[in-house]
Amino acid sequence: MSGSSNLVAMKKVVQQLRFEASINRVKVSQAAADLQQFCMQNALQDPLLTGVSSSTNPFRPQKVCSFL
Amino acid sequence: MGEMEQLRKEADSLKDQITAARKAVQDSTLQEAAASITVVGRVQLKTRKTLRGHLAKIYAMHWSTDSKLCVSASQDGKLIVWDSITTNKVNAIPLKSSWVMTCAYAPSGNLVACGGLDNMCSIYNLKGKDGNVKVMRELAAHTGYLSCCRFLSDSEIITSSGDCTCVLWDIETGTQKTVFAGHQGDCMSLAVSPDFKFFISGACDFTAKLWDIREASCRQTFGGHESDINAIGFFPNGNAVITGSDDATCKLYDLRADQELITYQDSGIMCGVTSLAPSVSGRLLLAGYDDFNVNIWDALKAERVGVLAGHDNRVSCIGVSSDGMACCTGSWDSFLKIWN
Repeated sequence: MSGSSNLVAMKKVVQQLRFEASINRVKVSQAAADLQQFCMQNALQDPLLTGVSSSTNPFRPQKVCSFL
Repeated sequence: MGEMEQLRKEADSLKDQITAARKAVQDSTLQEAAASITVVGRVQLKTRKTLRGHLAKIYAMHWSTDSKLCVSASQDGKLIVWDSITTNKVNAIPLKSSWVMTCAYAPSGNLVACGGLDNMCSIYNLKGKDGNVKVMRELAAHTGYLSCCRFLSDSEIITSSGDCTCVLWDIETGTQKTVFAGHQGDCMSLAVSPDFKFFISGACDFTAKLWDIREASCRQTFGGHESDINAIGFFPNGNAVITGSDDATCKLYDLRADQELITYQDSGIMCGVTSLAPSVSGRLLLAGYDDFNVNIWDALKAERVGVLAGHDNRVSCIGVSSDGMACCTGSWDSFLKIWN
């Protein structure tokens, strides 16, 4: 009979929901502004966003010119 | 019977409370907040390297923290450590079980791990004394497949499993330190927060959960997806979570506002998301799909700004290196590609 184990499981679910309901929440306007600010502050240090010149790209070997 | 009914009512009431509390802080939307910024210009990344060597589908890849080496796992039964710049294979590790689904590189660079349908997480020491790479530990206790694993350090690793749990292991003793139970479906993916205090898991119950590693508790649960969550990652500042699902969308959930802020979807995209990785500033979201492509999204504006087309089969895994210099994609076509 799994009746009592169902009860135990359900009590855990309720306990977890109580916990999740009790957390403090920040306003979406604040959260969104902070995400945006992080993106802006780090934009210049994001090579995939700014692009990488071949002279600084470790994955793109520079073509070397040599005088013959 | 009476008590069960009472508990069910309390659960429903608490769920309503959570919904109301989330709405109470919804004084704006990400769209409104980002209204004044312009969409990122078209992002065109090129394949700089192709890593050839696997003989079957690649299921997972993970960058080393040095942004140069990476490890990949294929159902050809091998784990390969690559030097992504020279394309040389640094190590080719034969696996006991070829049914591998995940792999990970330890932050130190000393260890790699993998696992899959063998229900185990196998740890390999890359820096053994005699130069041979050997199995150091086999972490066995999950009763379902290993879908993902991530090292916290050389002594601790977190795994997610088809048995609906995630586990924190002590690698030295090979024992479970903490079992994180709560998901009602197979756990498919996990990601560790930048400060190593939390991790997030995505599961086949369509939810993502935020777990406090030391408190051993689930702090938050995020719903909204209409199908399995296959991929999950932290926004680089650790305050938001991005998920990718079989419902063809990605979603961004803010941890402090405790809710979904935006969905990345397009009526032209009808296939599941297999993998995702944000760029280092968080502005770009790269997501791999079942239709063989990777779509690049402007994370703040939720608009597609680029496509990586180059694989001849499903893109199963994707990762952006720590220094943000490159993105690596792994595919069922057996190749890995490095893009920037």
